[in-house]
Amino acid sequence: MDIELLLPTPGGAQGRDCWFISVLFTADIISTVEFNYTGDLLATGDKGGRVVIFQREQETKSRPLSRGEYNVYSTFQSHEPEFDYLKSLEIEEKINKIRWLPQQNAAHFLLSTNDKTIKLWKISERDKRAEGYNLKDEDGRLREPFRVTELRVPTLKPMDLMVEASPRRTFANAHTYHINSISVNSDYATYLSADDLRINLWHLEVTNRSFNIVDIKPANMEELTEVITAAEFHPHHCNVFVYSSSKGTIRLCDMRSSALCDQHSKFFEEPEDPSSRSFFSEIISSISDVKFSHSGRYMMTRDYLSVKVWDLNMENRPVETYQVHEYLRSKLCSLYENDCIFDKFECCWNGTDSTIMTGSYNNFFRTFERETHRDITLEASRESSKPRAILKPRKVCTTGKRKKDEITVDSLDFNKKILHTAWHPMENIIAVAATNNLYLFQEKVN
Amino acid sequence: MDTMFMRGLKRKCFDGEEDIEGTLAGIKAIPSYNLQRQSLLDMSLVKLQLCHMLVEPNLCRSVLIANTVRQIQEEMTQDGTWQMINTQSTGQASLDRLVSTDILCRSSRDQAEGKHVPAYSTFNKDFESDQAQDSSETMSTASSVQAPRNLQSNVWEMENPQENKGNFQKSLDQIFETLENKSPNSVEDLFSEVDNSYYDLDTMLTGMMSNTKMGHCDSLETFSSPTNTASNSNCKSDLNDLDHIVEILVES
Repeated sequence: MDIELLLPTPGGAQGRDCWFISVLFTADIISTVEFNYTGDLLATGDKGGRVVIFQREQETKSRPLSRGEYNVYSTFQSHEPEFDYLKSLEIEEKINKIRWLPQQNAAHFLLSTNDKTIKLWKISERDKRAEGYNLKDEDGRLREPFRVTELRVPTLKPMDLMVEASPRRTFANAHTYHINSISVNSDYATYLSADDLRINLWHLEVTNRSFNIVDIKPANMEELTEVITAAEFHPHHCNVFVYSSSKGTIRLCDMRSSALCDQHSKFFEEPEDPSSRSFFSEIISSISDVKFSHSGRYMMTRDYLSVKVWDLNMENRPVETYQVHEYLRSKLCSLYENDCIFDKFECCWNGTDSTIMTGSYNNFFRTFERETHRDITLEASRESSKPRAILKPRKVCTTGKRKKDEITVDSLDFNKKILHTAWHPMENIIAVAATNNLYLFQEKVN
Repeated sequence: MDTMFMRGLKRKCFDGEEDIEGTLAGIKAIPSYNLQRQSLLDMSLVKLQLCHMLVEPNLCRSVLIANTVRQIQEEMTQDGTWQMINTQSTGQASLDRLVSTDILCRSSRDQAEGKHVPAYSTFNKDFESDQAQDSSETMSTASSVQAPRNLQSNVWEMENPQENKGNFQKSLDQIFETLENKSPNSVEDLFSEVDNSYYDLDTMLTGMMSNTKMGHCDSLETFSSPTNTASNSNCKSDLNDLDHIVEILVES
């Protein structure tokens, strides 16, 4: 693990779209990134089944400039590789998603999932230990009972901070297909887990039972043409959730209407543009991520080439569409050949829902300001990430003439893809996972 | 080629403004729409056959590729090119026409088994011979579709060899039957002697409908069909007896 800590520097107005690096971290291939509800903790999951949690440093007198740094808080192995003996298949330990629970006491809880099993982890701090036991020595050995001549009350003494992660629940054996999403409900008591064909509802306290709420598996598997790609609970209405499909549709379901939500309450689909139809139309329309806005009024979907913002009250088309990398439209056949067309990019909102962010290739990621329609392309790379450096906006050359500092489409590195990004719930701090590096960027403070 | 597919179903051979430098050589360099479409079809079938030795393949990806194949098939049917394919002789191609299948994983078990030549490869070749284009590039593409050795693949039985179009559709559909066969519920049926409590728990937990459709005896070698209670050896002999066997490999 290689961590570089770089102090953010205040001062120097450069405008809103200037970012610089806060933390750089190297590990296994990162497969998920998630801030907790306060933004003080940032969890990453990786391909090796590990979870690494970062904690934001509080400003202290001795280190006045330390606010904004994220340091490693806890590391633990969440999932191990398993072997399904009957199918003769490995079950990957890769962490597909992490979702935090709202904090209710001193400990922190998160859900982490691989393809088949969801686990609830408790992360707690210990900074005291008890001394002066009657029945055992200081080093833990049991004392002979006849040696105990007097009774004393154990006292608590401070010790170095220890952060422990312990698995509290294991939710297993409920998914035949690969889990792609988990989402904690606003009631903070239940959560959903979605695989390719089914969505299950769990209670956080109950591990031996889950309720199936969506099942799109056809009776005859030969008729399968569509799978579930993502699902999420509404941030405020605990009876409402959405799920997206590989055909570019989103269904909003109300759990009050029926126990099995195969019938949707709302159906969101944009009619296809017949002039741009090709054999790849369906593949690029497949939705890889769906996220409600913090307000709950909108939701955002990510398909291969664009990000769309939908008003929950309008089903027939999105209210906003942002092209992420339209220049790839003429390369779809090559991208199909090398499987890049199946890459699942995620997207996220900022805390005020004014800006959205998503990743692209060549370690580029893009942010779109909804009001001003300003968009910017930035690169997460070690070369351009000097300490306290301001990130320079990047541009992909789409016409024949390449300007200075522009990058041509053909020189893009399609192995460097930013699939996972996260935005601090309240501040302009973003976490960007570039393969096995985690970048943290912070807006420059005036 | 990318430009061609971007333009979708229009049967233009090339886009003069974008690709051609204006020379005759430039025009000849662009493959015809049919050839490109065929190439895409071949590529898609190869993708479906690629197996992941240890981990289950991505169902979403498989579904999207299969849908693409269906799209092409439907268009080719409308064109009449599909009919042309199927009227060709569908005799078993000789193995020496097959390109090395390094890209396809194989198990030692399968290598010991008989080699089954996909019928699709046969009419693929015949289709190419009807094309006037330089088929050298497409030959290799088409050959790579042929998979004499497939790992735990679903056997695609041609019940009605005359209904070739239906067969193709059927084989495509049976890709998902393979996936279905991988589910614990069907496995429960397959192994009568296996402790079923694992699967009962699974069924109970998720309320899944148990899959009673078993389909045909397939080449999942360790399994046997429950409906006819055939043993492994019976399955294998059924395998060998079939004249036209197309193996679409979906899952390992």
